[in-house]
Amino acid sequence: MELTTVWFVAIATLWTGYFVLEGFDFGVGMLFRVLGRNEPERRAAISTIGPVWDGNEVWLIMAGAATFAAFPEWYATLFSGFYLPLFAILVGLIVRGVALEYRGKRDDAVWRGRMDVMIAVGSLLPALLWGVAFGNIVRGVPLDADHEYVGGLGTLLNPFALLGGLTFVAVFVTHGAIFLALRTTGDLRVRANRLATRTGAVAAVLTIAFLAWAHALRGDSVSLALMIAAVVAFAGGLVANVLRREGWAFVGTTAAIGLVVVGLFVALFPDVMPSTLEPGSTLTIVDAASSPYTLKVMTIITAIFFPLVLVYQGWTYWVFRKRVLVAAS
Amino acid sequence: MDTLDLARWQFAITTVYHFFFVPVTISLVAITAGLQTAWYRTGKEKYLRLTKFYGKLFLINIAMGVVTGLVQEFQFGMNWSDYSRFVGDVFGAPLALEGLLAFFLESTFIGLWMFGWDRLPKLVHLGCIWMVVLGTQLSAYFILAANSWMQHPVGFRYNAERGRAELTDLWAVLTNKVVLVTFPHTIFAAFMVGGAFVAGVALWHLIRRPEVDKAVFRSALKIGASIVLVASAGVAISGDLQGKVMTEVQPMKMAAAEALYETEKPAAFSAFTIGTLDGSKEIFSIKVPYLLSFLATGSFDGEVKGINSLQDAYEQLYGPGSYKPNIPLTYWTFRLMIGVGMASAAIALWLLWTTRRGRAPTRWLIYLAAPLPLLPMVANTFGWIFTETGRQPWLVFGLLPTASGVSPGTTSGEVITSLVGFTVLYGALAVVETKLLLRTIRGGLAGTDDPPAEEPPDGSPEQAEKPLSFAY
Ligand code: HDD
Ligand code: HEM
Ligand code: HEM
Repeated sequence: MELTTVWFVAIATLWTGYFVLEGFDFGVGMLFRVLGRNEPERRAAISTIGPVWDGNEVWLIMAGAATFAAFPEWYATLFSGFYLPLFAILVGLIVRGVALEYRGKRDDAVWRGRMDVMIAVGSLLPALLWGVAFGNIVRGVPLDADHEYVGGLGTLLNPFALLGGLTFVAVFVTHGAIFLALRTTGDLRVRANRLATRTGAVAAVLTIAFLAWAHALRGDSVSLALMIAAVVAFAGGLVANVLRREGWAFVGTTAAIGLVVVGLFVALFPDVMPSTLEPGSTLTIVDAASSPYTLKVMTIITAIFFPLVLVYQGWTYWVFRKRVLVAAS
Repeated sequence: MDTLDLARWQFAITTVYHFFFVPVTISLVAITAGLQTAWYRTGKEKYLRLTKFYGKLFLINIAMGVVTGLVQEFQFGMNWSDYSRFVGDVFGAPLALEGLLAFFLESTFIGLWMFGWDRLPKLVHLGCIWMVVLGTQLSAYFILAANSWMQHPVGFRYNAERGRAELTDLWAVLTNKVVLVTFPHTIFAAFMVGGAFVAGVALWHLIRRPEVDKAVFRSALKIGASIVLVASAGVAISGDLQGKVMTEVQPMKMAAAEALYETEKPAAFSAFTIGTLDGSKEIFSIKVPYLLSFLATGSFDGEVKGINSLQDAYEQLYGPGSYKPNIPLTYWTFRLMIGVGMASAAIALWLLWTTRRGRAPTRWLIYLAAPLPLLPMVANTFGWIFTETGRQPWLVFGLLPTASGVSPGTTSGEVITSLVGFTVLYGALAVVETKLLLRTIRGGLAGTDDPPAEEPPDGSPEQAEKPLSFAY
């Protein structure tokens, strides 16, 4: 495989990891206030992601940094072009991160109420806008011959991208609810399980619509196969959820999110930012790539250290594998 | 203001803000790890209580460092897209290494440390915080290597066809002589902040509540103040080395640091000047003879090049234009970095002296509790403003002017939105976090005296029962 392809795959992997992992954090963040009826339940719900959310977010940082190192043109075009949505995503992530860490630091209901709103909004906004952003990447945006984005904010808010945003939200809510059902006990667990069934039905419809539209815009037989597999996995997850097999349900939504993201990247390849103006203005992996030397050293270093990261992140999930109990109130 | 100025303001604001939290994190996590190690080795309860107390303050601080760091990672692309295109091949590598080797480590082990008090064997739990220490050190090293490359580009070649710099030697970038001196200087400066923070908090308690946990806070005061003193020596020595490297690679910055217009041999260092700093008028100035020569070259009668002759030389080299940074800014920030920072070291020394052999600090010393940590923090900010504005008009020294790095397609409306948005948000968060810190500091050691239980055997019902402690 060419090194440019290797790095395209690496970046697709990082985004996949990010959406699978932060997907359930976002879901828990959007839901915990609604699903938890009292403070002990809410605290239990939020504790399921407490030890891991920051590590999950680093997948995003890594996706950004790897894009910068391996495809500087892509990094430059994407983040300067999607300026305002990215700004809003950053605001959301900032507010959410601070609130997650500060929520428990004061025993005061008003304080916690404010932090809860910050967590919910800070989870919803990025989930929605990442969907919008990925919709636009796949659909293509107006780029000029220098690969500079020449559209406005309105260009980004097209129906397809907005559908992408809603799909991401609905899928993450379901993924988060299933994660909560998997990691908690008692009433909270039952409620999370029921909610997942309901939101899952909505998410399934949105996902099918979004993927079908995406395939019509851009896609080949491989990406189609992946997208069909994603829908099947999602449906399987929902069935497992109804049967109260939470572990399998979580495997299902995890696989579905992974397959959707991989499918979108496969549909994109070998472009990274298609232009809607002239085919010649499309940014491809070759135009965007760093020099062979940079790609080579980065490949070697990543091959050595990335497995290590997977080992210790995996270990964290192992350490915190037990269900979180709701403290007696 | 045009997009360029706005983008510069926005970068300065977000980065300076990020760097309020970073030095505290770097040093406080290491101090906390040291305290926990002391507890592990000696079993003394006071170390455990200090670990938990300062550990909690550290967690409050790092949350801000992490979220503001997120902006750092993306704003190169947002506001400086042409810069990103130009340098990505070189600059992206240390940034990606920072993520891969440092941020994953930090964020994962901090979660384990926070929630692992009752779940992990003591030694493993201690290991977790040391992994976070390692992560912060690596993080600082890689990002400083990236920054040093902008000060003194090495290990690359210019590809004219693609109009960009390309990496030819990663090792050269990672062992740039600038980063070799910048790293120790920044780390020692960070320890001045953290040591001063530990000492300042302890001082406040000793004076405000002289009878509560006196012995514990006395230890903390001594530990903190000693760290400040040792670190200040490290800062001075590494700063001196840095001055020499800087004179070699960016002589204009050294001339600007002294507002030295004409070449002098030997050159004096002015501690203070009243007058105009454009070199035309000097009303009053306190000068230390030979000092600048020593700082810049290591010999007391070395020649220091002046701004005017460097300007001529740069015009020859790079074509017409002004190559002078903002001289009053570099002149004063350089002095304030040294002066304000060293003032905190003097305070630390004074505190150690007045509390020697069991003496209680006098009441009025409470007025030093807040300035003590703030002074080195401010000194850090001045140091960075000096370093970064002294590099102007270059973004990458000798290669890419700042004006050529800004995003061409980004509108001033967009930059204003993010400039105002981040500034307002950061202002609000500063209030929230300061209040929370003060509250936690006032709360003192209450609740830190329950020693964590030994880990129950795996899978026992007892283990599942344990609520997650410490953080949530
Ligand atoms: C507590 C903070 C503090 C204190 C007391 C000092 N410094 Fe410093 N200095 C910094 C904090 C700092 C910094 C913020 O960390 C900088 C900014 C960039 C860097 O590498 O470190 C810096 C930069 C910096 C530079 C610029 C390097 C460059 O642009 O390439 C020089 C030459 C010095 N310092 C020299 C000194 C000397 C001779 C000091 C006194 C004896 C001194 N510093 C005290
Ligand atoms: C180590 C990593 C850093 C990198 C890679 C970096 C990079 C940059 C870049 C790209 C700019 C914008 C272009 C410009 O105006 O020159 C800039 C400007 C600036 N940075 Fe840094 N910076 C770093 C650290 C810091 C820190 C820690 C501070 C302060 C605490 C700081 C303070 C500033 C200031 C004040 C400016 C504005 C200078 C001006 O426009 O005149 N930088 N830096
Ligand atoms: C402009 C350049 C910079 C970038 C791109 C940057 C990026 C980041 C990011 C993305 C994070 C969050 C990591 C997480 O989620 O765990 C972070 C935190 C951190 N950064 Fe920066 N940073 C910059 C400047 C600096 C400088 C100059 C230093 C040190 C000398 C530094 C040291 C740290 C440390 C130690 C942390 C972790 C602890 C904390 O956030 O307080 N950073 N940075």
